[in-house]
Amino acid sequence: MAKQLFWEDVEVDSEVTPLPKVATRQMMVKWAGASGDFNPLHYDDSFAEASGVGKPIVHGALKRAWLIQLMTDWIGDQGTLKKFACQYRAMDYPRLMKTTSEPHEGETWWCKGKVTKKYVEGDEHLVDCEIGVENGKGEVTTPGTATVILPSRG
Amino acid sequence: MLPEEVTRFIGQRGDVRITEVDKGAIRRFAEAIDDPNPLYGDEEHARNSRYGSIIAPPGFFGWKTKWAQSEAAYADPRSGLGAALRNAGFTNPAPVNAGEEYEFFRPVRPGDTLAATSMITDIRERDGRTGKMVFIITETSYVNQNGDLVAKARGIGMRR
Repeated sequence: MAKQLFWEDVEVDSEVTPLPKVATRQMMVKWAGASGDFNPLHYDDSFAEASGVGKPIVHGALKRAWLIQLMTDWIGDQGTLKKFACQYRAMDYPRLMKTTSEPHEGETWWCKGKVTKKYVEGDEHLVDCEIGVENGKGEVTTPGTATVILPSRG
Repeated sequence: MLPEEVTRFIGQRGDVRITEVDKGAIRRFAEAIDDPNPLYGDEEHARNSRYGSIIAPPGFFGWKTKWAQSEAAYADPRSGLGAALRNAGFTNPAPVNAGEEYEFFRPVRPGDTLAATSMITDIRERDGRTGKMVFIITETSYVNQNGDLVAKARGIGMRR
C-alpha cells in the first residue's frame, strides 16, 4: 500500500502518479458484463464497421473508470474524489488476445495527471487536476479534470 | 435547426431505475478494470478504513442504473428520441458517448438500494468535420435508501 498523500505534499504542477493500462477485447467483454453496457459497437465487428469506426472501440466509460482509478490510487484511503469529468475525443482500439490470458504485443495506455490548483474551501483541503488517457503514440484521447479532497496535517 | 419532433424531448424524464448494489457486482466491476484497491474487496481492510465497510469505486452505481440515462431518451424505439433523430437524418446506428461529469456526495456500499432518475436537459446540433452531429445532454441523480443524494452525473451523448 502506498504511503498516504497529504494536501501539504502537493504543489501546483505536481504529477499524479501515472497508471499504465492495457485495453484488450477480453477486458472489454468483462467491462460490458460488469457495467451493463452491451452496445455492440464494442464487440461486434460488422456492427462497428457499419457504424463507421472500423473495428470495435474501447468503451468511453472504461477509460473513465481507469481515470477514476488514477485518482483514487493517488489520493489513497484518506482522500475523496469530489468531482470528475472526461471527454471522449478520439477512439481507442483494444489489443487482441494471444492466449486465454495474454494479449498480443501492442499499445499501452497511460493515465496521467497534474495539479492545476490547490485551495481550501470551508473545512475541505482541495486540489484540482488536469488528467487524461494517453495512447501508445502519446496522444491524449480522453482528457479530463478532477477535484479531490486530501487530508491535511493541520 | 433541429425539428420540434426532436427538441420536444428536452425536459423529458425517464422512469426511475432501482438497483440493489451487492458485493459481487462491486468485485466484478473492480476486476473488469483491473483495480486491486482493497476498499472494494478486502473485508478486513475496508472495515478498518474510515468507511467501516467495503465501498464501490466512484462511478459505480450498480448494474441496472446504467440504463436510467438511455431510458429517458430511447425507452420506446418507435416513438422515442432515436426514431425522431433518424427522421431528422441522424441515421448512424450507434449512439456515441462523448463525455461525462460527476459530482460525488456519499460513498456507495454493498446493500445500498439506489434510485437513478435521468432527464434530458439539452439537445444541440453542431457541424463537425464529418458532417452534422447532435449532442444529447442527460442529467442523472442517484439517491440511496435513506433519501440521501449519492451522486449527480451529466452525460453527453452524440449521434450522427
